[in-house]
Amino acid sequence: MGDIAIRVEEIGKRYRLGKAEKYKTLRDTLASAFTAPFLKVGRLLRGEAANDTTQDEQIWALREVSFEVRQGEVIGVIGGNGAGKSTLLKILSRITEPTTGFAEIHGRVGSLLEVGTGFHQELTGRENIYLNGAILGMTKKEIDRKFDEIVAFSEVEKFIDTPVKHYSSGMYLRLAFAVAAHLEPEILIVDEVLAVGDAGFQQKCLGKMGAVAKEGRTVLFVSHNMGAITQLCGRAVQLEKGRLTRSGSAGEVVAAYLSSVAGTELKSSWSDESSKPNSSEVQFKSARLLSVDEQPLSITNFNESVLVEIAYEVKIPIRNLSVTCLLYDSMSRLVFESMDTDMSEWNGRVREPDVYRATTKIPPSLLRPGRYQLTFAAFIEGVKVIARLDRVLAFDVSGVGYTLQPKRDGIVSPVLDWTVCRFSEHERMV
Amino acid sequence: MQSNIQVIRIEPSKGWVSVQLQELWAYRELLYFLIWRDVMVRYKQTALGAAWAIIQPLFTMLVFSLFFGRLAKIPSDGIPYPIFTYAALVPWTFFSQGLSLASNSLVGSANLIKKVYFPRLCVPIAAVTSGLIDFAIAFTMLIAMMLYYGIFPGVKVMWLPVMLLLTLITSLGVSLWLSALNVHFRDVRHIIPFLTQLWLFATPIAYPSSLLSEPWRTFYSINPMVGVVEGFRWALLGAETAPGPMVMVSFLAAIAILVSGLFYFRRLEKTFADVV
Repeated sequence: MGDIAIRVEEIGKRYRLGKAEKYKTLRDTLASAFTAPFLKVGRLLRGEAANDTTQDEQIWALREVSFEVRQGEVIGVIGGNGAGKSTLLKILSRITEPTTGFAEIHGRVGSLLEVGTGFHQELTGRENIYLNGAILGMTKKEIDRKFDEIVAFSEVEKFIDTPVKHYSSGMYLRLAFAVAAHLEPEILIVDEVLAVGDAGFQQKCLGKMGAVAKEGRTVLFVSHNMGAITQLCGRAVQLEKGRLTRSGSAGEVVAAYLSSVAGTELKSSWSDESSKPNSSEVQFKSARLLSVDEQPLSITNFNESVLVEIAYEVKIPIRNLSVTCLLYDSMSRLVFESMDTDMSEWNGRVREPDVYRATTKIPPSLLRPGRYQLTFAAFIEGVKVIARLDRVLAFDVSGVGYTLQPKRDGIVSPVLDWTVCRFSEHERMV
Repeated sequence: MQSNIQVIRIEPSKGWVSVQLQELWAYRELLYFLIWRDVMVRYKQTALGAAWAIIQPLFTMLVFSLFFGRLAKIPSDGIPYPIFTYAALVPWTFFSQGLSLASNSLVGSANLIKKVYFPRLCVPIAAVTSGLIDFAIAFTMLIAMMLYYGIFPGVKVMWLPVMLLLTLITSLGVSLWLSALNVHFRDVRHIIPFLTQLWLFATPIAYPSSLLSEPWRTFYSINPMVGVVEGFRWALLGAETAPGPMVMVSFLAAIAILVSGLFYFRRLEKTFADVV
């Protein structure tokens, strides 16, 4: 078990920006062929190294990244946009070469940087299964053997001999994922595959990934979905501006990452007058998320509740003021809206100028694992919106405590109390 | 246990790298599927389908017969002009089609190249070889014409596979150069139609190479398509003198193009995903 599956040693990748990396026209090259010698001589005269290309044209997408993955380990890679995650995957998938360092991969690699790579619109579902399978590295024998399974998994049996251009996007995606899901490499490298499709499909993908991990295969998984990372991965590494900044257990790294992602995501407060979301009537002071024990929170478990706190200042007396809180899921769907006047005695009353603090609790065992964002707005019912704070807070719900079947559909997955009894027994009792 | 696990080492490569034909062999099934895809897709949603494989050389033959054969009275080594030029147009069409398909193949497969690893050589090779189906279709037309004109090749037809091999080597070699160049310089796309047109007239398709006297004729076959065309005519139509030296020179030239193309392609290969 302790054997190394992936070893990454001081990997760096440099991209040249601007004209150099864009495709060139022959004219440019001819022109530079004439001018380059003069530039070189010029640089030499100025005492610079002759082959020193201008610094501002280069960018290091990855810099001195080293880590190891043991066999059978499921490791998550997280980081913001432009942190170098995709570049790392491309290097490990051998799509592009590193500029410095090296990596060693022990075993057969299957990489899934997108689903449906190489699907051809004009070919039928059946033909595309073979083509896509071959592209992902399966042999024809393997595909023959798994063909029925793939078709069953994709649920497109009826249309298997129809060109995929006539498929709905859902069918297309299901077929594409079905092929990918039957890849059996020793090491699986997966990019944001789960970022597409509806929630049901995402859960299906997650379930499949979990199954792959349980079979003892090594998985390297990149995602923005912190819920998925904590659910699937034992360990995680974080990239930041091309460097590896954190490594450890998935829970720890995710928590540290989320709290580091700008203060606004964890706790928003506006002391600085100029950056405050302003209005002459109502001004937001701060917004934050807390755990039940009043600790600032960025990730919570499925079976724990979240406290939402918003503070605002009312500048002039206002009647019928409400502050509403809108919760969006990772696909930007509105999960619910709730107002601070829903229950309280403030409903319909005049608010005198003062600072108000509104808190509420999102109940546990309701939000399905994933990422959520909160928007606040102060408004007068039926009159106008006074101030609005879009997506100021974000948090993740981890899979911890989630015991329901992963395939379940729906925006929320509340755990409801069910009572089931046998009818015949019931009758006897009566 | 540990010994049968393959270890891949990923590191920056420098300068010229080996061609790695054994890796290409390991990916032969993918190559097969790519060829199969190119064949399947070629005539999808066309009204005339595979008939296009005959129409193109056939109409060129008609035009050439009319203008060069009838009006300009260009000699044809004693062979009826239509079949004289058609026998040359069959391999030529394979070559020029292969060239234009292959040179755009890498750019056209950009989504594959950016998302999956496989030897990139598969892409232009598949584009060129998928033309063999068209070649076979156009060739049946050639057989029909031979029957019509009562021309029977005799044992020389045994040499035909060799000529076909020469055609393949030439097409592949030139295609490798152009496809790799096209990734970096999109100028190639604009050069191709022009290049094939010039090359058409630099090859004895509308006229016989016997218009040139001997030392020049062999020298002329540095253009490998000269060897191809004369080879086809000799093997099928029974032109009198065997074009041995010409075919030899053409073979050497074609191999030189192919080998240099392979190495050039491999050298640029690592940049494809970043540039395409």
